[in-house]
Amino acid sequence: MKRTLPRLSALIPYAWLLVFFALPFLLVLRLSLSDSALAIPPYTPRIDWGGGIDGVRAFIDALDFDTYKALVGDSLYFNAYISSLRFALEGTVLALLVGYPMAYGMARCKPGTRSLLLMAVILPFWTSFLIRVYAWVGILKPQGLLNAGLGLLGLPDADLLYTPAAVQIGLVYSYLPFMVLPLYAALEKQDHTLLEAAADLGSPPWKSFWQVTFPLSIPGVIAGCLLCFIPMVGEFVIPDLLGGPGSLMIGRSIWMEFFANRDWPFASAVAIVLLITLVVPIVLYQRQQVKALEAGR
Amino acid sequence: MRRGPSPFNLVSMTVGFAFLYLPILLLVIWSFNASKLVTVWGGFSTKWYGTLFQNDQLMAAAWVTIRVGLISATLATVLGTLAAVALTRHGAFRGRTLFSGMSYAPLVMPEVIMGLSLLLLFVALGIDRGILTVTLAHTTLTMAYVTVVVQSRLATFDRSLEEAAQDLGATPTRAFWQVTLPNILPAVLAGWMLAFTLSLDDLVIASFTSGPGSTTLPMRIYSQVRLGVSPEINAVCTLLIGAVTIGVICWSIGMKWRERTATPA
Amino acid sequence: MSAAKGRPAKAAGKRLNIGAVRSSFAPWNDPAAVPLVRFEGVSKRFGDHTAVNDVSLDIYPGEFFALLGPSGCGKTTLMRMLAGFETPDAGRITLGGEDLAGIPPHRRPVNMMFQSYALFPHLSVEQNVAFGLKQEGMPKAEIAARVVEMLDLVKLKPFARRKPDQLSGGQKQRVALARAIARKPKMLLLDEPLGALDKKLREETQFELMDLQVELGMTFLIVTHDQEEAMVMADRIALMREGEIAQIGRPEEVYETPANRYVAEFLGDVNLFEAKVSAIEHPMARLAAAEATDGFYVLDDDCPPAGSAVSLAVRPEKMRISLDPPPAGTHNVLTGEIWDIGYTGDWTNYIVELPGERLIRVARANASRFVDRPIGWDDKVWVTFDADAGVVLEQ
Repeated sequence: MKRTLPRLSALIPYAWLLVFFALPFLLVLRLSLSDSALAIPPYTPRIDWGGGIDGVRAFIDALDFDTYKALVGDSLYFNAYISSLRFALEGTVLALLVGYPMAYGMARCKPGTRSLLLMAVILPFWTSFLIRVYAWVGILKPQGLLNAGLGLLGLPDADLLYTPAAVQIGLVYSYLPFMVLPLYAALEKQDHTLLEAAADLGSPPWKSFWQVTFPLSIPGVIAGCLLCFIPMVGEFVIPDLLGGPGSLMIGRSIWMEFFANRDWPFASAVAIVLLITLVVPIVLYQRQQVKALEAGR
Repeated sequence: MRRGPSPFNLVSMTVGFAFLYLPILLLVIWSFNASKLVTVWGGFSTKWYGTLFQNDQLMAAAWVTIRVGLISATLATVLGTLAAVALTRHGAFRGRTLFSGMSYAPLVMPEVIMGLSLLLLFVALGIDRGILTVTLAHTTLTMAYVTVVVQSRLATFDRSLEEAAQDLGATPTRAFWQVTLPNILPAVLAGWMLAFTLSLDDLVIASFTSGPGSTTLPMRIYSQVRLGVSPEINAVCTLLIGAVTIGVICWSIGMKWRERTATPA
Repeated sequence: MSAAKGRPAKAAGKRLNIGAVRSSFAPWNDPAAVPLVRFEGVSKRFGDHTAVNDVSLDIYPGEFFALLGPSGCGKTTLMRMLAGFETPDAGRITLGGEDLAGIPPHRRPVNMMFQSYALFPHLSVEQNVAFGLKQEGMPKAEIAARVVEMLDLVKLKPFARRKPDQLSGGQKQRVALARAIARKPKMLLLDEPLGALDKKLREETQFELMDLQVELGMTFLIVTHDQEEAMVMADRIALMREGEIAQIGRPEEVYETPANRYVAEFLGDVNLFEAKVSAIEHPMARLAAAEATDGFYVLDDDCPPAGSAVSLAVRPEKMRISLDPPPAGTHNVLTGEIWDIGYTGDWTNYIVELPGERLIRVARANASRFVDRPIGWDDKVWVTFDADAGVVLEQ
């Protein structure tokens, strides 16, 4: 009796995740090793279970690395990976630069103000991501609000929409809450007497910040950066809506291969390579998540 | 930290929050603009809302989205809560690392990859794409968020409360229903809210896993947005923002009220 | 220690009553008595750490039994095995003759008062007390009556509808107590029940718990690291050390006749003199020690034969200190200088330096407010004790 509930409680979500999360990745891997064909679903081969061992052997023989060869041979994809990583890296650094002072300021407010500000950071997260990105189209487009503002100030127009800069703005804007929240959590729980102790020991405030506050907030910095960087690399909506043809990102490439070119095996191969690129940061994030969540145990 | 924010802190917070809120605010303003142009104020008007409700395609998509959201959020809450209980309450069990890995990975997994992989699963299983597949996909995506929210509550939950319940004669199952669940309920409800809004919001995974007749609202918005700014979409967005804001405000007032009644007068 | 000695007269009178009743209560000396709980060779390991090592222990019906020891000595693990929250790796636990192995916590006829009280925060005081009764499927009217009875017992009736976080620490403790005894268990387990209370409240509650135990006729097992708590309340104490039982006995037994150095040092203060048995002159024994030029002259109870190395344990309050030399022929005389003085109000502790930089502690009750010649720092003093004051411990 004692063990029935726990077993069941673990088994159901476990089974769900195996079927709907782990199994699909194996399918992607398998498909990436298949030939493309113009049928729907547009790929061969499929295992012919009726053929018994021979059918399976035929299936294995048909697997090949053609899609990966094509992927390596095409500099377009290599460039897309590099530019995705660069966008994500720059976006993460910018989000950190904007987010840290925000989180720091919030942590120093009175408790009542603090929870209000925290709410204000979370609220955009609850509103549609797509809508928030879309709002920037109206601001950045040539006859948009930004140029109207610049015109009033007598400054020349800045045509930002469909440029890499627009993608960068969109990334920082969309992921800022993901950066601020872990930073705030790390800063808020810091004991203010530490700073008093530092001051008492003769440290000026700016030194105390670099010697006490910042080092103690590093777990928050790492969490925030990973939480921004990983999804940024695979981002689709932002480069699609705000970036021009020059803003290559890998998430968009997968989408194009899949929906425009209908080359499912090739899309799968691109996805597998993206996943491999992200394995290290994802594992780092997992570790950090497990540590944070299971600290109370 | 006890000292108040410095002028530098105040400036950075102001800039940061303006950055976060300005675009949303502009959308709301534009939705009431009689002019189609974003830089010209053509007077206050609600005509875009009128045309919105006559747009059957948008209304159908909204209805699909709400149904998918309600069902997937509920499923995800049950599954995510169970996963959180399993992860906090059992020390080591076989396959634990894989389990916890799968539980958190959807939080950071690029949506394009999840969408693609789930589509291949449905094709392989021979399930026709439609509302069912979108619901299953959204459940998988959002249960990770529920797991994290509930698990962080369970981590601070005093284990001896469950032991006390068992000591007083409650079976482990009853102890969970009568003691654990009532105490983690706020986190479970927050998890449901989060799952629901994430489902309402999702474009990428829905695009991969939906079929004819199961086009969701974000997909509809996306296809119109690609054609440029449209006042009608501004109106949809304003309605969505309004609904979420009201929901969140009600929620926080509810929580405040709960706290107040729980503390001595 | 000092608080127990300096108890107010009223409480002391009460204590005498219970003591008079209890003095005849000694089922552990009666070979025909049947124990309620038996631990037989029970062991429990957590990874590499042995929490409980081959413990055997009997607790009799109606007994107030204390498991005493420093944190990490295995006392809580032992109690949790009885409650069913841990499973022994070896050995057997029986309750009323029934083997408890395989019986889950919710089917064991014992109830526990948790260290942090573990009151259900979402339930009111009365709902907390009723929780265990509802699990039994007791009729509603009966539950209501029992809840009222329990709240009366712990004097919390006016607070029935409050939530736990609207109660003070002492009130929470009473709710936890009422909840645990509401099911009338065969045995009540108390895990550090007074740990969260302040000193004054703790003392009052000790006596309330004792009265309650007598009134209910229930068997109590208490886990505590506070020796005073154990001494005041328990009929018997099991002093634990690193998963094993160092000694079991009445409080005065473990205090006055410790079985070994660990027990002597854990309970109260003690001065230990390394000595050698030089002669047995029944009923007395002579010991040779570096500190005493004439040696020690003590009772030969449990004393090993001449030539054995022993420790002589003497409690500070059983020594006398004086500025004047004792009359010639007095046994057990030590001379030294005052090294330090600690005044605690009811007692004064003197640290005396003997020749060879050896420090001992002597306690003197401040029986009067004024003395002719107070003892001061660096005074030369004579320390003496009676032949029956010390205990000879084998090494």
